[in-house]
Amino acid sequence: MLGEIMNIISTWAIPFLLLTIPVYGFIKKVPVYETFVEGAEEGFITAVKIIPFLVGMMVAISVFRASGAMEGLSNILNPVTAKLGAPSEILPLAIMRPLSGSGVLGMATELMRIYGPDSFIGRLASVMQGTTDTTFFVLTVYFGSVGIKKYKYSIITGLSADISGFIAALYICNLLYR
Amino acid sequence: MLNVIWLLLLVSGIITAAYHGNIAVVTEAALGAAKGAVEVCFDLVGVMALWLGIMKIAEKAGLVESLAKIMKPLTVKLFPSVPPEHPAMGAIILNLSANMLGLGNAATPFGMKAMQELQKLNNNSKEASEAMCTFLALNTSCITLIPATIIGVRLSFGSANPVEIVGPCILATAFSMFVAVSLDYWFRKRRKQGRIR
Repeated sequence: MLGEIMNIISTWAIPFLLLTIPVYGFIKKVPVYETFVEGAEEGFITAVKIIPFLVGMMVAISVFRASGAMEGLSNILNPVTAKLGAPSEILPLAIMRPLSGSGVLGMATELMRIYGPDSFIGRLASVMQGTTDTTFFVLTVYFGSVGIKKYKYSIITGLSADISGFIAALYICNLLYR
Repeated sequence: MLNVIWLLLLVSGIITAAYHGNIAVVTEAALGAAKGAVEVCFDLVGVMALWLGIMKIAEKAGLVESLAKIMKPLTVKLFPSVPPEHPAMGAIILNLSANMLGLGNAATPFGMKAMQELQKLNNNSKEASEAMCTFLALNTSCITLIPATIIGVRLSFGSANPVEIVGPCILATAFSMFVAVSLDYWFRKRRKQGRIR
């Protein structure tokens, strides 16, 4: 039931916006097509502008992950997080969470394939995937697109949100599914 | 700080690879990722153009401004440095709404638009403004009401109840959002006091 409603909302959201905004604009006498193209041009420029920032970030993350350094870090952290009720299989996912969205999705999918979506690990991986955003992607891309070089305290804020999201996900899953 | 993190990721990766006698993997990962990053951007070009086009219509029709007006009671508290009916507000609200609905594709273009507007208020400085930090604190910790992707993955592996994780997701994100917003508030306060002294 709840699933169906959510499905309907997520399938209808985009067609709904694509219908109502241009129609409303037309009623308000906005030259809809010309305005659309004008805005679309900005979109193109912005997307190209973020390429260097994304290249820099993705190269570093990819080297970190492929070399086994991430695994090493997760082995170091494991004794601490095990006390919080985190299975060691889930740690790489937690480390990846702020770094790469597609990386996390791939890892969560892999965990669900191995352990099943209704296992403790599968459920925890699902909750972690659905919690918080990819901090480094957002920061590099958003700041990069407007030429900001000094991020001030926003890295600390973003990473604290990731860590607290991870701890909350652990706590809730241990409470509900163990 | 980002400089240090970036360097740490690279250096620790290369040292680990060398230690394992597997240095070739570094070259492969670096070149592959560089290519992948451009592909991500090109995937983004079409979506960005589409949503910023639609948003321009919404802006000219006055929809963005009305949205900003509706949310005014909340946004004046979170963004004291941004005029409540500034176009940045509308873009921020659109970005957060798209995030909540799990429309990641639409969220990024709205977010960039919001940053561009905030940058105008920031006098095109190279340093992030307080409003930008607050916006990104909200953005990176934002609640997703419909985590559509992960529900889809669970469904494809035959989960008995693919949506059971929605409640826990919302709770966990609410907590992380609370932490992010409080911390951001604390940083802002601290900086202000520092300036007075």
